[in-house]
Amino acid sequence: MDLLTPEFLTALLAAGIVSGVPLLFASLGETFAEQAGILNVGLEGIMLTGAFVAFMVALATGDHWFGLLGGAVAGMAVSLIMVVFCVRLGLDQIVVGIAIVLCAEGATSVLHDIWYSATYPRLPVVPDFRVPFLSELPILGGSLFSQPLIVYVGVAIVAVSAWAIRRTRWGLELRAAGERPDSLDAAGVSVVRTRTIAQLLCGALAGVGGAYLALVGAGTFVPFVTNGMGFIAIVIAMLARGRPWWSVLGGLLFGISLSMATALQLIGVQIPVDVVQMLPFISVIVVLVVFVRDSRLPSALGMPYLRGSR
Amino acid sequence: MTQQTPGVSPGTEPLDLVESNPGRAEAWVGRLAFTLGPILLAFITCGILLAILGRDPIAFYRDILTGGVLRASGLQDSITRMVPILLIGAGLIVAFRASLWNLGADGQYLLAVAFVAGVGPSVVTAMPPVLGWIVLALGAVAIGAAWTIIPGVLKARYGLNEIVTTLMMSFIGVGIANLLVKGPFKGDQMVPQTGVIPADGMLWDLAGTTIHVGVIVALVVVLIVHVVLTRTSFGTRLDVLGANPRAAVHLGIDVPRLIVVAFMVSGGLIGLAAATDILGTFGYMRADWNPAYGLKVVPLVFLARLNILSLIPLAAFFGVLSIGGDYATRLAHLPNDFILLFVGLMLLFMIVTQYISARRARRDPTLPRRRSAAREATA
Repeated sequence: MDLLTPEFLTALLAAGIVSGVPLLFASLGETFAEQAGILNVGLEGIMLTGAFVAFMVALATGDHWFGLLGGAVAGMAVSLIMVVFCVRLGLDQIVVGIAIVLCAEGATSVLHDIWYSATYPRLPVVPDFRVPFLSELPILGGSLFSQPLIVYVGVAIVAVSAWAIRRTRWGLELRAAGERPDSLDAAGVSVVRTRTIAQLLCGALAGVGGAYLALVGAGTFVPFVTNGMGFIAIVIAMLARGRPWWSVLGGLLFGISLSMATALQLIGVQIPVDVVQMLPFISVIVVLVVFVRDSRLPSALGMPYLRGSR
Repeated sequence: MTQQTPGVSPGTEPLDLVESNPGRAEAWVGRLAFTLGPILLAFITCGILLAILGRDPIAFYRDILTGGVLRASGLQDSITRMVPILLIGAGLIVAFRASLWNLGADGQYLLAVAFVAGVGPSVVTAMPPVLGWIVLALGAVAIGAAWTIIPGVLKARYGLNEIVTTLMMSFIGVGIANLLVKGPFKGDQMVPQTGVIPADGMLWDLAGTTIHVGVIVALVVVLIVHVVLTRTSFGTRLDVLGANPRAAVHLGIDVPRLIVVAFMVSGGLIGLAAATDILGTFGYMRADWNPAYGLKVVPLVFLARLNILSLIPLAAFFGVLSIGGDYATRLAHLPNDFILLFVGLMLLFMIVTQYISARRARRDPTLPRRRSAAREATA
C-alpha cells in the first residue's frame, strides 16, 4: 500500500482545506474577541446560525455569495446578544455563551425541520477558482490552488488581520482592551466600543465560517452540523495567541486530521466513523498537553469591564 | 507578563449566583421571583415563537402538561427523568461552586452508560442483583470521575482553561462510548447496541408504579451532597476557591488538589446518573444514543443559584418539560430540540433578571456594578 501517491496527497490536502477553512474563519474571529478580552463560548452557536442563514439565503437567491453575506450578517446579529449582555451590561460571558449555543441549536433544528425536512433541498456545487498556472502544479495544484474563491478571500483577511492586530493603533487598542482595559480607558479610548467592534467582527467571521460549512462543505444544512467545531476554533485561537497566521496553520492541521480518514478510505483503509469524528478532539487534547505552557490568554479575558468598579 | 498563581486562570471570575443568607420573607419572595420570572418569560417568548410558526401555543403547553403530568405514565416518566437531572445537576453544582466549568458532562455520562450497559447484563446475572448494582454504580462513578482527571490536572497544574478541555474530553468520551457499543460491548442483536439487562436485574420499581428506586437513591445522594457543600469544610473550601482563588491560596488551601478533587466528585455524580438511568430506566445502550443532558442542565443549576435544595423542584419541572415536551412536540410536528431553545431562553432571561434585581437592590440606576449588594454588605 503506497500512501504517498499524488492522488492520495491531493485528496488529503483538498479535504483538509475544505474542513479547515470554517475553523480558520471561526478561530480568526475568536482571536479578535479574545484579544479584546471576550471569551466567546457562543462561537459554536454563531457558526450554526451562520450556516443555517447562509443556506437559507443561498437557496432563495441561488447565489452562494449572498449566502456567505447572509452568514456574516447572521453571525453579527447573534453577536449583538453578546455585545448587549456582556460588553455593555457586563454580564457573565460564559453563561451568555452557553445560552447562545442552546438557543442556536434549538432554533436552527426547529426551523430546518419545519422548512426543509420534507424536501431536503441541496445547493449546487460552488465552483472552484483555479489559480492560473499554479493550479497545474502536482499535488498542490489540484488542492491548494483549486478552491472556491472565498478560501483565498479568507487568506487575504488573515493577512490584513495579522497586520491590523500587530501594526496598527487599532490593534494596540484591541489588545489593551484584553490585557489592561482600565489603562485603555484611562488613555481615553472606549473599552466598550473596542470590544463591541471586536465581537461584531468575530460574529461576522464565525458566521462566514459556518456559511462555508453549509455551502461548500456539505451543500446543505444539517442540524448540529458544526458538531463541536466552534469549540475547536476557540482552542485554536487560544493557541494562536493573537497571531492570525497561526489560525491558518491550526485550521489546516485540524482540517487534515479530520480529512485523514476520508483520504485513507480512498486507498482502501476502513476507519470507524466514530474514530474519524474523535480525531480532531484527540489532536486538540494532545496539542494542549504538549504545548500547555504556550497557551496564554489575555489577562482580562472573560472579565467584564465596567467603569468605576473596584 | 503577569505571574499566574497555579490553578488560577484568567477568565474565570466567579459568578455571583451562590445565594447569600436568605431567611426573611422578603428574601424568599425575591428568590421565587428570580426563579419563576425567567421561566415565565421563556414560556411567553416560546409561545410567541410557536404562534409565528403556526402552532397553537395554548394547546402546546396544555399538551406538555398532559404528557408530563396528567397521564399516569407521563407523571411516572417525569419523576423518573428527574433522576439523571438531579445527579448531573448536583455534579455541576459541585464544580460550579468552585468556579470550575465542567461542561463535559455528556462524555462523562455516556462513557459510564456504555460501561454499565456493556458489562451490566453479565454482572447482574453473575451475582445477586443488589451486589451487582453496587459494583456497577461504583464502576460508573469511577469512570465519570476518571474522565475529569485530564481537564482537572491541566487546570490545577497549568491553569489551562477547563471549558475547552472538558468539552474536548466530552466529544472524545462520546466517540469512545460509541466505539465500545459497536465493538466489545455489542450484544447479540443485529442492530448496534449493548446486551439488555434482564428484567429481574433492573432496579426495583416503587410499589405499583414504574418509578425505580433510583429516585430515592438520587434524592438521598443529592441531600448528602447538599450537607457536604453547606456544612463541611470541604464545601467552604470550594466556595472560597470559587469566590477568590488567590484568597484560597493565602488561606493555605491546597488549590491544585482541591481542583482535581472537585472535578472528580463532579464527574463521579454524573457517572452515578448514568448508572441509575441504565439500571433503572433503559437497560441497554443503543449506538449513537445521546440525551445531551450536559448543557441543558446548566440553566437549571443557575436558576437554582447553585443550591441543591432549590434544584429539586427545578429538576421536577425539567422532568415534566422534557417528557411532556416530547409528547407536545410530536403532536405539533416539531423536533423535540424545541426544548433546547426553551432552556436557552430561560438562561438568557435568568441572567437579565439577576442583573435587574441586583441593580434594584442597590437602588443604583446609574453605575452598574458586578458585585451583588448582599455580598458587598457581608464583605
